[in-house]
Amino acid sequence: MDVIELTWWQLALASLMVVALAVCAHLARLGVGRDLIIAAIRTVLQLALIGLVLEALFSVGALHWVALMAVAMTLIAGREVMARQKRRFHGGWTFGIGTLSMFLSSFVVTILTLTVIIGPEPWYTPQYAIPLLGMMLGNTMTGIALGLDRLTDAVWRQRAVVEGRLMLGQTWAQAVGDIRREAMRSGMIPIINAMAAAGVVSLPGMMTGQILAGSPPALAVKYQILVMFTITVGTGFGTIAAVLAASRRLFDERERLRVDRLRSV
Amino acid sequence: MPYQYPSLRIEDVSVGDLRNIRLDVHAGEIVCLSGASGSGKSRLLRAIADLEAHDGRVFLGDREQGAVRGHCWRGWVMLVPAESQWWAETVAEHFLEPLPGSLEALGFDRSVLGWQVSRLSSGEKQRLALLRALSHRPEALLLDEPTANLDAESTRLTEDWLRNLVRREWLPVLWVAHDPEQIRRVAQRHYRIMGSGLERQP
Repeated sequence: MDVIELTWWQLALASLMVVALAVCAHLARLGVGRDLIIAAIRTVLQLALIGLVLEALFSVGALHWVALMAVAMTLIAGREVMARQKRRFHGGWTFGIGTLSMFLSSFVVTILTLTVIIGPEPWYTPQYAIPLLGMMLGNTMTGIALGLDRLTDAVWRQRAVVEGRLMLGQTWAQAVGDIRREAMRSGMIPIINAMAAAGVVSLPGMMTGQILAGSPPALAVKYQILVMFTITVGTGFGTIAAVLAASRRLFDERERLRVDRLRSV
Repeated sequence: MPYQYPSLRIEDVSVGDLRNIRLDVHAGEIVCLSGASGSGKSRLLRAIADLEAHDGRVFLGDREQGAVRGHCWRGWVMLVPAESQWWAETVAEHFLEPLPGSLEALGFDRSVLGWQVSRLSSGEKQRLALLRALSHRPEALLLDEPTANLDAESTRLTEDWLRNLVRREWLPVLWVAHDPEQIRRVAQRHYRIMGSGLERQP
């Protein structure tokens, strides 16, 4: 099956619809008309740029370039985790904890998937490695950002309760246990919901793309299942690791609660 | 040698505006601490319980604060704050086994353990917070205005019970209080915070 070529002027037609929406939003005084246009322009520029990068990367296919790309993606995702926090740790700990947990879970799961399950030759073939890692990072990032935000915000609000529990001789882990569990749950729930709704409520974007690009639906479905599983595993472990590390950072070596290590943004 | 009940020894503790606080609270003794609001009474108690960074050393008998894990220390030297915190649904979830007869002594019976925390009055919370702390069998008590939310009758009841308990269990107690009458009733010694130090009151 041949894929119908999509040209830039056809995309321009699609953009007219966005402009129409922006005009309506402006007339209705929704106050998002400007943001809408700017976001649309960013989409075009960023995707065009990444398209060029990927073309170059695919044609070279060397391990060190793939690794460089992967590291750059992880750092950007780490920045995004930090940007989504209402309260951050002083001294770059939010970025550090977010990035490190993301790196650990996403890289381990992606590399395992590539080497053990999909098995392209060589295993770091960028056509497989980069999209897989991209999807892992995108979802893990959301989970970690939600989990950390929930943790720090809840500890801040309930600091009197946490200290009250410390006063009764509880360990730091007991004193923050309920909050920590809640934070881990809230980081994992979106991906669990996405698995539960997949194919019934929504057709996942990756599968849709693959089908549009000419793959037989049965194969697209298998890839989608694989991707769903891997991003769930990556998000889950990443969120658990990040919340664990951040909750430890909220206490010092004497197990005192240190909300002064947080600052609101 | 007979077993020595541990005393609480505070050596050169500095926290906030307070400098080089020295104080020995003997086993079975109640020492009252008073001072204007904002003078640092509560912070001093927090430092002794090691909830706040501070200079100086604190001993319980021959055990030093800095030499044991934070939660162990706070399990021995227990701070009962003026405003108690409750996190679970029912009273019982916050308790270990209450001291025998202690619920009754403060006007409760065992059914109180099944009560919903959300329905407790502030006075009930304050008395239950004391009972809760003692259910963890601490070896020293730091009380921050333990009768602030109580009426006159409950106050007397609580004072009498605490006085007996402290003598029977040989607990060193540092008790922050405002009311001079109360201080006269419960304290063996009374210190007032003046500037950056403590001043013994007659």
